Amino acid sequence: MAETRLHCDVLVAGAGPAGIAAAIAARRAGKQVVVVDDNPHPGGQIWRGSMSGAHSTSAAARKWLQRFRASGAELLSSTRIVTAPGANTVLAEHEGNAIHIHYDALVLATGARELLLPFPGWTLPGVMGAGGLQAMAKAGLPLRGKRVVVAGTGPLLLAVAAAFVHEGATVPGVFDQASRENITAFAASLLTRPSLLMQGAGYLATIKSWRYRQGWWPLCVHGEATLQSVVMTNGSDTVEIACDYLACGFHLVPNIELGALLHCRIQNGAIIANEHQQTSVANVFTAGEAAGIAGLPQALVEGEIAGAYAAGAGNQVRHLLRRRTALRKVAARMNHAYRLRPELRALPQADTLICRCEDVSWQQLQGFSGMRSAKIHTRCGMGPCQGRICGAAMQFLAGWEADTHRPPLYPVQLSTLLPLAAHDTTHLEESI
Amino acid sequence: MPDSVTIRIDGQTVRVPHGTSVAAAIMMNGGFCRTSVQGEPRSAVCGMGICFECRAAVNGVAQQRTCQITCVDEMQVVTHG
Amino acid sequence: MDFDSVVVGAGIVGSACAAELARAGMKVALVDIADPGLGATAAGMGHIVVMDDSPAQLALTHYSRQLWDALETSLTPACEYRRTGTLWIAADEEEMQEVLRKRALYTDNGVAAEAITADRLYELEPSLRRGMSGGLLVPDDGVVYAPAVARVLAMQACDAGAVPITGKVTAVGDGRVQLEGGAELRTRRIVVAAGEWSTRLLPDLPIRRRKGHLAITDRYPGMVRHQLVELGYLKSAHSISGDSVAFNIQPRSTGQLLIGSSRQYGAEDSGVDFALMQRMLARATEYMPALADLSIIRMWTGFRAATPNKLPLIGPWTADETVFLATGHEGLGITTSLATAALLSSYFAGRDSTIPIAPYLPANAEAAHA
Ligand SMILES: Cc1cc2nc3c(=O)[nH]c(=O)nc-3n(C[C@H](O)[C@H](O)[C@H](O)COP(=O)(O)OP(=O)(O)OC[C@H]3O[C@@H](n4cnc5c(N)ncnc54)[C@H](O)[C@@H]3O)c2cc1C
Ligand SMILES: Cc1cc2nc3c(=O)[nH]c(=O)nc-3n(C[C@H](O)[C@H](O)[C@H](O)COP(=O)(O)OP(=O)(O)OC[C@H]3O[C@@H](n4cnc5c(N)ncnc54)[C@H](O)[C@@H]3O)c2cc1C
Ligand code: FES
Repeated sequence: MAETRLHCDVLVAGAGPAGIAAAIAARRAGKQVVVVDDNPHPGGQIWRGSMSGAHSTSAAARKWLQRFRASGAELLSSTRIVTAPGANTVLAEHEGNAIHIHYDALVLATGARELLLPFPGWTLPGVMGAGGLQAMAKAGLPLRGKRVVVAGTGPLLLAVAAAFVHEGATVPGVFDQASRENITAFAASLLTRPSLLMQGAGYLATIKSWRYRQGWWPLCVHGEATLQSVVMTNGSDTVEIACDYLACGFHLVPNIELGALLHCRIQNGAIIANEHQQTSVANVFTAGEAAGIAGLPQALVEGEIAGAYAAGAGNQVRHLLRRRTALRKVAARMNHAYRLRPELRALPQADTLICRCEDVSWQQLQGFSGMRSAKIHTRCGMGPCQGRICGAAMQFLAGWEADTHRPPLYPVQLSTLLPLAAHDTTHLEESI
Repeated sequence: MPDSVTIRIDGQTVRVPHGTSVAAAIMMNGGFCRTSVQGEPRSAVCGMGICFECRAAVNGVAQQRTCQITCVDEMQVVTHG
Repeated sequence: MDFDSVVVGAGIVGSACAAELARAGMKVALVDIADPGLGATAAGMGHIVVMDDSPAQLALTHYSRQLWDALETSLTPACEYRRTGTLWIAADEEEMQEVLRKRALYTDNGVAAEAITADRLYELEPSLRRGMSGGLLVPDDGVVYAPAVARVLAMQACDAGAVPITGKVTAVGDGRVQLEGGAELRTRRIVVAAGEWSTRLLPDLPIRRRKGHLAITDRYPGMVRHQLVELGYLKSAHSISGDSVAFNIQPRSTGQLLIGSSRQYGAEDSGVDFALMQRMLARATEYMPALADLSIIRMWTGFRAATPNKLPLIGPWTADETVFLATGHEGLGITTSLATAALLSSYFAGRDSTIPIAPYLPANAEAAHA
């Protein structure tokens, strides 16, 4: 075990599009920048490296990643921020080693995770997130010849379904719970953004448009040890579809935990930011999905704004502020179009597990006044995911607010938290 | 760089393409990652380090999220912890 | 008169009192802001332990532990009650002398206790660092999940006719309990069992907040079997002033290890004090190096309601004859909750209790303090 102490002008948490854009902007302003990311490679959820090449990263992604590499920002991959031990300091863990990073300004670009909702059978191996299966495919899980049903909601479904087809999977259907009217109205509102519509049309051509059904959602899945089939419904009809994987995600949830730990104000599940991407804590900025679900273009624009303001060079990005506001409006329309239907609240049965870490059922959660009480009394949310999955689900199912955020943000090896003798301490030059 | 790596999953030798995550290797091999508190089999769900369903012991360290770990030669993986 | 007794606070102490009083035939209300057991009761370690800081503490903890044995059959699996025993660890020969003293005292008072050699110590707990001198095994001590017990006791109270009321109490006195929003309950007796919040209702109480830190690991079944506490605890943690840490490990029935403990006066913020947490974890790994490789999944803090003489306040409050206290349990309220309820109930009935209530009467605490 070793311990490293770093100091930087601007620390960026997350190397997704928002974090990459922020790091480049802060470097441009001449600041020393460190970027920390949990994943083995930069790119966040959308630009994570693909192995097979069948679904290779886009030209835009390559351009941004190349600019990032050339920017001179220090990237610490496979490194996660676990707590904030003191003022302007975070503690990160890399392969069991502690890294204390002191910063003058911080950009929270921690992105989002999928909202996963419980239905009977959702814990069977083979039932995964939509982005989750895509990430696994990019990490080498072969899909050739597999039958993959895609379900849930959001524009992400078409993108991942097209990617599965490119990987050689059969996609018998893509089912979005949002109604046809909502989705059509949202698509129509994009007429001013033809590139997005073109992208959507491309996905539809890949998966065959008749396989894309709106107003359908999963009722339950069947299978003994592994998944065999999923039953879909539109409220009046049901169909059972045999499949090897169900890729099912109900849009996204911002990763606000680090912001909450730093006492940034949170509202409607996202970190609040002003037009300069500044949070309620003066030297903490935020960008991308952590500040509200808004998609890639928004993440890039906000990242650039946040990075520049964090570097004290806001004048370089004034021209972007208008664009930011316009994009937020598109995002608001998107989030409205894909809002979740109330029928989804009726999916869990008495014995359906809600908390996957601790195996707590829907029935066990009845009669509690909120997340904290349910957690203390049933262990729901006490496991290692710390309520990231069940807490978000219960927020939708029962309207429960998340419990308070306690460190560490992720389970951490105890040795990382120990004070260290001076001789074990290495310095920036030696360690990176 | 060789284009494949060899790891051991529950004592069995498994060859996977270079860059494959441990979670993908476990699933390709037809196995599960962990056994839940009540004894159910579980495997990767989120693919991004959030859900902790892909936990297994890697090189003797228990409860690792295998979706965040890339296979390297000689790695020892024990599932169902 | 609406009630015979209104109990303010449904922590483990208030819930125990409500159950006992309702069973004695009183008309009881149990008031809390939230569901039972979410205050200090949800933050503490849940070690049921006989302690001997003073004869009165020994009497109370010993009596209460016997009541835990009696309660066992009505506890649910969620209460995770297990008689793990306490293993007090002597790091050196000086602490081994303390083992012998403690064993004699415990045995004289009818508490089973066994001196353990170093060899036997490592048979019992192989993960301990080599080089310890031995220990003292107190086999009848146990471990419990306290919030679940508070819930069971609150339900027992309701089964015996107590009325659960959700609301925030804003004032007590003169037979009246004021609730936020304007409602008022009238009662013959008010039992203030609001833990560290009791001073908000009765500012003159001799109670200070004493902050504690805990950390819990992922599941590692079988690694530790007994509640392990360093005997140096007596030298370090019980010193009244200053921040202190001590080695204190509890095996949960989930296979998780709960790691304590710290004591700190004057800390108002409920956030984790990282420097103190570091000291606490360092102390833990000094005694058990293998802990360093385990995964910590959560860290938190809690506040103990501490009195100057380290004894709880049980009985009538001198300033108002309708107000009674069941608070000030510091770091032992889970252990002593059941005895507290039994003493208070006997006092209300005008009966002699199994052990004398005198040492815990608020009037005596004030006298000692003055
Ligand atoms: C599973 C998933 C799949 C998606 N797929 C698509 C798609 O196919 N097409 C599309 O257009 N959009 C997709 N999106 C949406 C897309 O990710 C966003 O629009 C865009 O990536 C937002 O960028 P970001 O930088 O805000 O966040 P992200 O790309 O999510 O990046 C955040 C990064 O921060 C890291 N991080 C978070 N917390 C910590 C911490 N404490 N310590 C260290 N690192 C941390 C994360 O691991 C991650 O790498 C997907 C989103 C998700 C969640
Ligand atoms: C870190 C730590 C470790 C500990 N370890 C142990 C141990 O191993 N063994 C042991 O025996 N003890 C232990 N303790 C001590 C034990 O946790 C407490 O003594 C015990 O829980 C006190 O219970 P209580 O019911 O008095 O208080 P609480 O559980 O705090 O209950 C008070 C209740 O009053 C309610 N309340 C407060 N104000 C109002 C109001 N105005 N209106 C309505 N309701 C109100 C609260 O909501 C709360 O539910 C530990 C404590 C800490 C902090
Ligand atoms: S699959 Fe969710 S953490 Fe690995």
